[in-house]
Amino acid sequence: MASLIGSAVRRKEDPRLLTGNGCFTDDIKLTGMVHAAFLRSPHAHARIIRVDTEKARSLPGVTAVFTGLDLAGKMKAVPAMWFLPGCDLKPKDRPALATDKVRYAGEAVAVVIAENRYVARDALDLIEVDYEVLPAVVSQELAMQDDAALLHDDVPNNLALLWKAGEIPDEVFADAEVVVKQRLYNQRVIPSPMETRGAVAQYNPGSGEMTLWCTSQNPHIHRLIYADVLGIPETKLRIIAPDVGGGFGAKIATYTEEAVVACIAREIQKPVKWVEERKEHFMATSHGRDEVLEVELAGTKDGRITALRVTNTANLGAYLSTFGAGCPTIDFGLMVTGAYAIPQAAVVTYGVYTNTTPTDAYRGAGKPEATYQIERAIDLFADKIGMDPVEVRRINLVPNDAFPYNSAMGVTYDSGDYQKALDKALEIFDYEAFREEQKEQRQKGKYLGVGFSTYVELCGFGPSAVAGAIGFQGGVWENSTVRVHPGGTVTVFTGTSPHGQGTATTFCQIVAEKLGVPLSDVELVSGDTQSVSMGWGTYGSRATAVGGAAVSLATDRVIEKARKIAAHELETTVDQIEFIAGQFTVKGDLSRSRTIQQIARSANYAWNLPEGVEPALEGQSFFDPSNFVYPFGTHICVVEVDEGTGEVEIKRYIAVDDVGRVINPLLAEGQVHGGIAQGVGQALWEGAVYTEQGQLQSGTFMDYTMPKARFFPPIESAFTETLSPVNPLGAKGIGETGTTAAPPAVVNAVMDALKPFGVAALDMPLTPEKVWRAIRSGRDKE
Amino acid sequence: MIPSTFSYVQAHSVEEAIRLLRESDGEGKLLAGGHSLVPLLKFRLTTPGTLIDIGEIPELRGVRKEGNRIVIGAMTTYRQVLSDPLVAQHLPLLAQAIGQIGDIQIRNRGTIGGNIAHADPAADLPGVALALDAMLEIQGEDGAELVEADGFFLGPLVTALPETSLLTSVSFLIPPEGARSTYLKYAHPASGYAVVGVCAIAALDPDGVVSTIRVAVNGAGDVAYRARSVEDKLLGHAPTAERIRQAASLAADDGEMGSDQFASEEYRRHLCCVYAQRALEAILL
Amino acid sequence: MAHQAEVSMKVNGAESKSVIEPRMLLVHYLREELNLTGTHIGCDTSQCGACTVLLDGDPVKSCTVLAVQANGKSITTVEGLASKEGLHPIQMSFWEKHGLQCGFCTPGVMIAAIGLLNENPDPSEEEIRLALEGVICRCTGYQFIVDAVKHAAQTLREAGETKVAMADSMKA
Repeated sequence: MASLIGSAVRRKEDPRLLTGNGCFTDDIKLTGMVHAAFLRSPHAHARIIRVDTEKARSLPGVTAVFTGLDLAGKMKAVPAMWFLPGCDLKPKDRPALATDKVRYAGEAVAVVIAENRYVARDALDLIEVDYEVLPAVVSQELAMQDDAALLHDDVPNNLALLWKAGEIPDEVFADAEVVVKQRLYNQRVIPSPMETRGAVAQYNPGSGEMTLWCTSQNPHIHRLIYADVLGIPETKLRIIAPDVGGGFGAKIATYTEEAVVACIAREIQKPVKWVEERKEHFMATSHGRDEVLEVELAGTKDGRITALRVTNTANLGAYLSTFGAGCPTIDFGLMVTGAYAIPQAAVVTYGVYTNTTPTDAYRGAGKPEATYQIERAIDLFADKIGMDPVEVRRINLVPNDAFPYNSAMGVTYDSGDYQKALDKALEIFDYEAFREEQKEQRQKGKYLGVGFSTYVELCGFGPSAVAGAIGFQGGVWENSTVRVHPGGTVTVFTGTSPHGQGTATTFCQIVAEKLGVPLSDVELVSGDTQSVSMGWGTYGSRATAVGGAAVSLATDRVIEKARKIAAHELETTVDQIEFIAGQFTVKGDLSRSRTIQQIARSANYAWNLPEGVEPALEGQSFFDPSNFVYPFGTHICVVEVDEGTGEVEIKRYIAVDDVGRVINPLLAEGQVHGGIAQGVGQALWEGAVYTEQGQLQSGTFMDYTMPKARFFPPIESAFTETLSPVNPLGAKGIGETGTTAAPPAVVNAVMDALKPFGVAALDMPLTPEKVWRAIRSGRDKE
Repeated sequence: MIPSTFSYVQAHSVEEAIRLLRESDGEGKLLAGGHSLVPLLKFRLTTPGTLIDIGEIPELRGVRKEGNRIVIGAMTTYRQVLSDPLVAQHLPLLAQAIGQIGDIQIRNRGTIGGNIAHADPAADLPGVALALDAMLEIQGEDGAELVEADGFFLGPLVTALPETSLLTSVSFLIPPEGARSTYLKYAHPASGYAVVGVCAIAALDPDGVVSTIRVAVNGAGDVAYRARSVEDKLLGHAPTAERIRQAASLAADDGEMGSDQFASEEYRRHLCCVYAQRALEAILL
Repeated sequence: MAHQAEVSMKVNGAESKSVIEPRMLLVHYLREELNLTGTHIGCDTSQCGACTVLLDGDPVKSCTVLAVQANGKSITTVEGLASKEGLHPIQMSFWEKHGLQCGFCTPGVMIAAIGLLNENPDPSEEEIRLALEGVICRCTGYQFIVDAVKHAAQTLREAGETKVAMADSMKA
């Protein structure tokens, strides 16, 4: 039988989703349920003078209207959960509903509860709010200036944090043969899962139990925070993440709306539903990136990088979001040297409050920004010394014999074969032929370009001791229970709650393979704090590397116990039992065997168990990894730039990724495609645009460009497989490779195409007008 | 997003629709396919008291040939126009433009009349209507009248359509035998609307001189316009590459350019010229 | 003129009749009145196509159609695709080719694809990508969706289907 691990099986979750039988948060309907709608501030910065809800309250069908004052004492503000030490962090919690001031356009000011969403929406129009509009500040750089408007009175210069890691004496740069300096803006993007956020809360006044269904990537983290916010013990707060329609980081954070809905369900003793409109999502759900990166790279004329210094001025938005402090610091800073052996590196990060939607993790969270600056800097360096960008990469890539590699930023890359991935990508690409064609096409007035990205990223968040050291308010281990029922079928419990990844398939593949049972006999339970003991979330490409590892270890425990029972029944010793493909067999005697299903029955009936063995067949594991995992690879992008309009067309996209052990190649490739689409999206089209007054102009899918099918050629995806030593599966994590690798690959390609016009740097997104202007100014110089 | 409350009534004839419009005292709005109106309702940018549904009036649908014109009922959907053999034969430009409107789902609902009457500056049909000398049949309380498309579009979402009148059909002039045409659209990557759309129709006389030329632009500014400067530069001349280039460079001269976060006025001006050049080269070279 | 309107339509082969507010969107009618929650709302502005259903056999965005506009018409939602005998070929293809991840946009994408295959039973890769203009998927990067549509087209051609049949029409 072919191994299930590594097999491209169809997903177990699909029949439900394909037939409309999924259950997303908005699909939940409870008896007596009422609907919530939030009134949001039209201003980015204003004092609230008066909120009059009288007319709204008297609209037929309206159950209640609450302002921030009405909720005072009923729930707390929602805190962040990453308190980075040593950076003078000034965390600012999100108020349930704004009472004194609004600090970004879209901040909730009041909430209407009504019999249906139509009436709730009507009532919003009847609430009167008087604002005293204050000057707003949108740019993080302007916000730090002395004359900038202050968001929070006790945060001078709006500076929420100042984080420093590493130090390099100025002489290193002064004495360097070559120095490249570049300012790069990694723009604000909007995660935009196709399902917006939503919540349904049901309170049982008799028992005091609260059930909250919500769109969460990590229901246990939501329970941890909301238990405190709502004053409900974790024993009585059940969070359920039902089917979740994508997250991309936006559903990690704990927001106020979900907690407000729960708080009100308790107040009015009726189930309450709230589903975010897309327009609201643009304003109310966390944004990603928005970091101004100033990179300084020192090197030698023959292509060796000697030092790297980066300043990151990061826009945190109006409040400190859940992981907001970690993204531009730890997540970004530890990876600035990328896949290269750079002996010295230093990072300074300014985290700044502005009158914008709070920022938090977005697919990759810090690593895409880190990769962007180093991959862009490498190309600028190559350009400056007149060397091929591939050659410069080759010279500087961490060599195979250096693993485990201790980087200048103090982290240890687990394993890697960076040259191999590069070789494989180049082989698919045929670099030489491309350079010939590029030359020919330029003669004809066609501008082709190629961009490379030899990336590495830090994934699989753990170990917990590191989390503690960096101020992360929680653990980052995972757990799993594998339960074999008397009839021989298996339920797997996991704390990593999926939202599109196909975890119900991959985790069951691991168990089915190890136990030698059919995949159809294994089912996954996840996303419910009452069913699963604990979990720290699906983000940072940690599901398989940490959660999957826990599943694997729990299965080992099942086998270990079953082996004892089999030995007992077969009247031999444990060491005489072989377990292959679901059969326990006495070594050398094939006639003496038991199937795992038979043992499951014996274990559960418990009629005749060996001494010291407890009934039932169940294994549990708590896995705290010894290190992060470091997936890597090479992405190559070929573009054509329309000289007349500045439009960029992706002609080819090659992705060679090494994510360690691949559990399901079909699903792995799906992750690669999706990540690349988002990464290319950031490079070319996506970007949150604010006016200087803090109005979000790109506030619908009519203005904010979501990548569409016709924007892409078929992606050429391949894998190399370098196992990780830090978990029993050897897996490295795959969810964020595309968003990490793609932006610099695309931008480098466009810059390559624009070389004849003398264009060295442009900031994302490379919209047609921006590219056209660069071409034109290049021409003017000629 | 949820519309505010309105009442709804279905009209069964054009006369009834007009009567209902009059009776609504300015609070009534016609509902065609709804693909322009429903989004506005959902944003509450319009809050009519009554919607008068003209979707089930059979006389408003269909395509027919009348002399040298193709007449299309206002409620004919894009999809119906696209699959109509008369359109395919006589108005390839219209088919080409409609094929680029929105997407399959939108083309199944959106209507010719709705598009024209809504007068979204970024819509594709106003330019086509100008280029194909469209005549609009407008039925009012005092009967029907024919109005030229040129002059009908007054501003963004503003037309010369009187409040209690109904656009019943649009007729397009069939270009002369041997004419070639194209519609080139630079679509906004998110909305799919035209940032710039250029329609061009041209025919040469036996001496190779431009004898018919129509160039119209939509999307670039508040209203679609005929690029008469481009036409004048070409009419009566042999269309050399150089003359086309010169003519195309005038493509923004007859219109007011708009500006937004995606494309500035200057860039739109440039796009008009680039797209005009590409369109003219496609049909003249 | 009334603030209430009576609508009746045939949804997945079953007759439905309700008195509703005329402002009710078709997607809310399907989800809230008929409890057909397989059709989703993704964007509100008719870009994403998650709400796509068949109206008299043609895909439309049900968030941009008033329920009253569908009065007297026939609707097919994702719930009407599969029959008791099994999944519809388009569903089967999305399953085989991994054309979905979170599954939120999927019902609308499949129905939009049916619209394409009804017009063009043998679409090229490029034609498929263009035909998917009216849907947004954030998870897949579209490649496996394109593969799924290609595969469905082939399956249907091999089965000799000229029109993509719906389970409800088979029932009728």
